[in-house]
Amino acid sequence: MSSLVVGITVFVLASFVGFEIISKVPATLHTPLMSGANAISGITIIGAITAAGIGNETLAQVLGFVAVVMATVNVVGGFLVTDRMLEMFKSKSDRKKRPDG
Amino acid sequence: MVELLYLASAVAFIVGLKLLGSPRTARSGNRIAASGMLGAIVITLVSEDIVDWTTVVAGLAVGAGLGAWAATRVQMTSMPQMVAAFNGFGGLASTLVAAVAVVEADLDSIAAETDVSILVSMVVGSITFTGSFVAFAKLQGLIPGRPFLFPGQTVLNALFLATAIGVAIWGAITSEAAGFWIVAGIALAIGVLGVIPIGGGDMPVVISLLNSCSGLAAAAAGFAIESNALIIGGALVGAAGLILTVQMTEAMNRPLTNVLFAGFGSGADGGGDGMATTGDKAVTQAAADDVAIALRYARSVIIVPGYGLAVAQAQHALRDLANALEEQGVTAHYAIHPVAGRMPGHMNVLLAEADVPYEQLLDLEQANPLFARTDVVLILGANDVVNPSARDDPRSPIYGMPILNVDEAGRVIVVKRSLSPGFAGIDNPLFYDAKTSMFFADAKAALEDSLKALKSL
Repeated sequence: MSSLVVGITVFVLASFVGFEIISKVPATLHTPLMSGANAISGITIIGAITAAGIGNETLAQVLGFVAVVMATVNVVGGFLVTDRMLEMFKSKSDRKKRPDG
Repeated sequence: MVELLYLASAVAFIVGLKLLGSPRTARSGNRIAASGMLGAIVITLVSEDIVDWTTVVAGLAVGAGLGAWAATRVQMTSMPQMVAAFNGFGGLASTLVAAVAVVEADLDSIAAETDVSILVSMVVGSITFTGSFVAFAKLQGLIPGRPFLFPGQTVLNALFLATAIGVAIWGAITSEAAGFWIVAGIALAIGVLGVIPIGGGDMPVVISLLNSCSGLAAAAAGFAIESNALIIGGALVGAAGLILTVQMTEAMNRPLTNVLFAGFGSGADGGGDGMATTGDKAVTQAAADDVAIALRYARSVIIVPGYGLAVAQAQHALRDLANALEEQGVTAHYAIHPVAGRMPGHMNVLLAEADVPYEQLLDLEQANPLFARTDVVLILGANDVVNPSARDDPRSPIYGMPILNVDEAGRVIVVKRSLSPGFAGIDNPLFYDAKTSMFFADAKAALEDSLKALKSL
């Protein structure tokens, strides 16, 4: 099989997995789901690292550097802000445990 | 071996997303996904023949610093623009990964399918980048949130799209680097032109769609550099964004094409005969004391928050009022329409920040059967999502949109600054209903005054 066919196979199967696991997410969690998914789309960072690391030409180095910065902002910011949001989601029982709740 | 390690990261993404589906496990899910990402980065650093460590390490450090700074500072009300900005960064990164492939590779020697992957990655990434930043500017108030329309807009967009496709085909056949740059440039313009005609209230759809695009851009970059990790991660995000996009358009009962191209909320197609009749109808007004009495002597209250609540920063005041009611033995719930905020689930995050337990938050399907058994509904900064003409008036522009059936409750109190119509520019018959009282005030002041009145009862 050519690498393109393998790639398409992986893409289609992963899309179906995505549809399956995400379609049942309750509305309450849509924002964290989206920012978490957004952070995962920062996986392009591994392409960016490769691009920046092997740069022979100056232009490629500059583009690679910007790509790494952008992807890292996406990854680090995305996961952190998702964590910050999820920390706030509390159930009734969680709230009662707090002394001031 | 390296590919297997990347597979472990991909599995971590899938498990993480799965766990993000329940409030109890969501936080660990996010951490598992983050660990998968960290693993993928480490694998890349050790397995690739990196010669230029300075560039890589400097890029990681700057990006991590910026990302952490933004993530810890951002207000929860600004979450939609934050996610828009992150989407844009991701899109730009994918574009640049493909751009480096153009600069570095000998385009004549690479396979045609790689040419196509690079082009797709550049196009989708560029549209995501500029589209996200226009959305960011609208949400942040840097540019007006209303639709920006001009004559010949559709023709111009179609022309740009046709040119981009033409140049892309030429670039793929001739492997001429100039073709790749021109296509990317046109795609950047399409991103801007595509989002400026879309109004602020339609942002939940736009953000979801751009989220999906940022995933597809990463997947396309994965095809270009033959990385399964990118393809899997990108496909998962593409699917997630698409599901939310579809759910949001269903919540507004408008096809995606209408959201993207109709300039909804510009007043051009909204309003109509509904607005003309506003002047001669009477409303019942209420003050803080009336609201306090109505709430205090109810058995059950459902609160319907809208984006206006977030604008007024009144979440905490609302929580205080609801807590005071619960102490008096009144059951209080919150009914949240899917498009209540500026991104899917936005209102839930704002209420979670105000320490409202998630069990009290009801979605449309959970809330609607309860209204008939509810004594008082308190509406704050919501309008179109409680407009009965969406259900009853086939001539209404929002006819068919699923709404919260608040008019089935015993009594309705609407806190609103004035009688001005909502985002869609449509008059709301609910305001003139005999069981409705209007409390004209800023949401925060109204809630604080009502709480004061409640305590002095």
